[in-house]
Amino acid sequence: MATRKTSEPFWWGLFSVGGVVAAFLVPVHLFLHSLAVPLGWIPVSHARMQALVGHPLIKLYLFVLIALPLYHWAHRFRFILEDVGLHALRTPIAILSYGGALLGTAATLWVLLRI
Amino acid sequence: MTEPRSHRPGLYYPKLPTTWWLHRPAYVRFMLRELSSVFIAIFLVVFLVQLYQLRQGPEAYAAFLAKLRSPGWIAFHVVALAFALYHSISWFNLTAVVQVVRLGERQVPPWLVAAANFALWAVVSLVILFFFLLRG
Repeated sequence: MATRKTSEPFWWGLFSVGGVVAAFLVPVHLFLHSLAVPLGWIPVSHARMQALVGHPLIKLYLFVLIALPLYHWAHRFRFILEDVGLHALRTPIAILSYGGALLGTAATLWVLLRI
Repeated sequence: MTEPRSHRPGLYYPKLPTTWWLHRPAYVRFMLRELSSVFIAIFLVVFLVQLYQLRQGPEAYAAFLAKLRSPGWIAFHVVALAFALYHSISWFNLTAVVQVVRLGERQVPPWLVAAANFALWAVVSLVILFFFLLRG
């Protein structure tokens, strides 16, 4: 049987790395930036936050934090849709999922480089 | 001689109802695990917008934080946090089984690998939290 070359291992690798990043870093950042800071439990001023984000190493960190789990999402979202029976739309679903992650990566780069 | 097939044969998919995963608790947990990625992705996009608002100035940033204080967003983020925690817990338990760690001849038992992951997770989370608490 001839084996077909696919890009599957590449996307799976990103899925895996994104899963690790999401597991270690997302809960604490979600708690901080979406609950604790807006609700005033942990006050972080605009100036302080901007100074932090302006640091190149923090930018790199934020890029890893935001962009990599998007590939984790893409892989899982793709298979959620296939698992509920949308096999006929395999290719458009894959393009939508991984394309979305690529778009998210570009948006992350754009935002981080402009801050 | 047989003609080469012009296209590869289609893959076979058993016909299942869309709700097949509701039939067993393990399947429901599988779907929730998959679904956690959607909540995490939405959080990341909102967080990216939050960072973008930083650049727009203190007023825009404050206005965005006020939006996040609305009951709808708070409810969403509480649910998203629960999904994020579920992802972390299931991920550490899972990788401990998949990833075989050896010390010399002996295999480190999976529960110990999981425990090490959980410990590292706690340390990383506390360091980030205290960084903001003390230097915010």
